[in-house]
Amino acid sequence: MLVPILKQGDYLIASIQSELSDADLLKLRDDLVSRVGEFHSRGVIVDVTVLDVMDSFATRTLRAMAHMIMLRGAETVIVGIQPEVAFSMVQLGLKLEGVETALDLEEGLTLLDHRTKGDNKRAR
Amino acid sequence: MPDELCIPVSSEIDIVTARQKGRELAARLGFSNTELTLIATAISEVTRNIVEYARRGELCLSIVQQGNKRGISVIASDRGPGIPNIKLAMQDGYSTGHSLGLGLPGAKRLMDEFEIVSEVGKGTKVTMKKWVQNNVR
Amino acid sequence: MKREKINQSTPESEAALRQELVEHFREKRELLRQQWVQQMNAKGLLAGLTQEEIENESITIYDTCIVCLETGEYEGAQTYARRMAERGVLRGMTTEQIIGGILTLRNVYGRSLFEWYQQDMERLSAALDIYEPVADKIISVVALAFVEEREKVVRQQQEAIRELSTPVLQVRDQLLILPIIGVIDTHRARQITEQLLRTIRTRRAKVVVMDITGVPAVDSKIAGHLVQTVDASKLMGATVIVTGISPEIAQTLVTLGVDIAKMNTVGDLQGGIEVANEFLGYKVVRTEPETSLNHQEKKVQ
Ligand SMILES: Nc1ncnc2c1ncn2[C@@H]1O[C@H](COP(=O)(O)OP(=O)(O)OP(=O)(O)O)[C@@H](O)[C@H]1O
Ligand SMILES: [Mg+2]
Repeated sequence: MLVPILKQGDYLIASIQSELSDADLLKLRDDLVSRVGEFHSRGVIVDVTVLDVMDSFATRTLRAMAHMIMLRGAETVIVGIQPEVAFSMVQLGLKLEGVETALDLEEGLTLLDHRTKGDNKRAR
Repeated sequence: MPDELCIPVSSEIDIVTARQKGRELAARLGFSNTELTLIATAISEVTRNIVEYARRGELCLSIVQQGNKRGISVIASDRGPGIPNIKLAMQDGYSTGHSLGLGLPGAKRLMDEFEIVSEVGKGTKVTMKKWVQNNVR
Repeated sequence: MKREKINQSTPESEAALRQELVEHFREKRELLRQQWVQQMNAKGLLAGLTQEEIENESITIYDTCIVCLETGEYEGAQTYARRMAERGVLRGMTTEQIIGGILTLRNVYGRSLFEWYQQDMERLSAALDIYEPVADKIISVVALAFVEEREKVVRQQQEAIRELSTPVLQVRDQLLILPIIGVIDTHRARQITEQLLRTIRTRRAKVVVMDITGVPAVDSKIAGHLVQTVDASKLMGATVIVTGISPEIAQTLVTLGVDIAKMNTVGDLQGGIEVANEFLGYKVVRTEPETSLNHQEKKVQ
């Protein structure tokens, strides 16, 4: 199952459409990391609303992806983690350290705007 | 869907199948949404361990009854390399696979009962159960 | 009164006697039922029931008991007892009323048998051998139905109290307050977390002020749960500000290895709400005294 990646201005948006196999997730990671370079994107949003399981593999992969993207100069926001999934993740002991999270796509965009604007100010 | 089924596990695709089947069976027992997620996540962890460390094995799901409690039983078994030190493997953060080392101890926290038997060179068997709450009648 | 056991009773004679009893009770139905109602009245067991209810219920119970005697099946009695229990418990009927009522009926039936067979002690004894186990079983069916109903109600009340005891309050757009009061155990901690996470989703909250002033003690396990609540909220994009941490709880958290510096903690609820407001871009401004004595809040863009 391929995850469509949309380019919207300075951002890339990946909306996961169905449950992913490990291979799909790794592919998403690689695609996003390379596109960030290609488009000089400043922010990436990964929408995981449809995922009903986030196990240690998924968490580790998303975390690694966010770190790689950061090294390429962009921010990552994971959006749409469901209440049950969040509960299960913390029970398992998983954290998304160093990765921003937001309620949904809309909030994720607001967060990115906020953060990249801050960067702009600092840059000037 | 029968009350009992086994899924052969030999590739990462089977992990998705295993947790979907587990969720289906558990849903029939009346677990809450949160509990369904906990069960599916635990299944994902033990099934992935099979793929990762033993390459192939089997995941069996069944409905179990004990007194007036009903629940789901999940058994993940393989004839892989086995685990030399189970105590170590059950510790948060211990991993030989450069991973987070949370799969086994985490799955134990997600379920009500957890048992692991392993012998080096013979294989590993993880048995987990979760009971339906508030079902006294 | 002496009762001798008659061992020679054959299955046929027993069936015949059983049928005889059934017919006797059916024949005497009006008389016995009136006696029963009278006795219950005298004992004050019918308080709170209307005349119509007394009529209907007593007829049904009387007949149901006879069916039990006739068929040896108690399913009908069970169903009826459960329904009665549901209604009874709802209307606040006491256990004494229910059990007392059934015991009275048992007496009424028993006495009528004594009267009817007083000339034939052997037959009376045989009749009692048939009648008494049925009466006992009926009483246990009724008692069980009521105990189960009570338990169910208690369970429901406990759930409701737990939900009520930790309300998730929405103060304003994107801000929730979670005042936790009382002892927390694992079950409650889980419930609080689940409830909070759902509310974050439905109310689209970005900041939660979790006030634990009212929590008397926290062991390391519960502290772990609180940390989980904070972490899970974060995964959903909401920041939790914890207020009201007593020195003891702070100690526990430190011992647990929780990095308090990483947690947003503020002394008290008031302070927590102020920090939350700031976080959301609101500012509390005191207006001129002549305009208003109250604090007025303005959104600062
Ligand atoms: N079925 C198995 N066969 C052999 N070894 C296993 C098996 N399952 C687990 N192990 C061993 O136990 C260790 C701990 O397993 P656990 O699932 O807790 O962590 P992990 O798989 O290393 O990391 P994570 O699950 O967090 O990605 C593994 O690193 C591995 O050495
Ligand atoms: Mg693992």
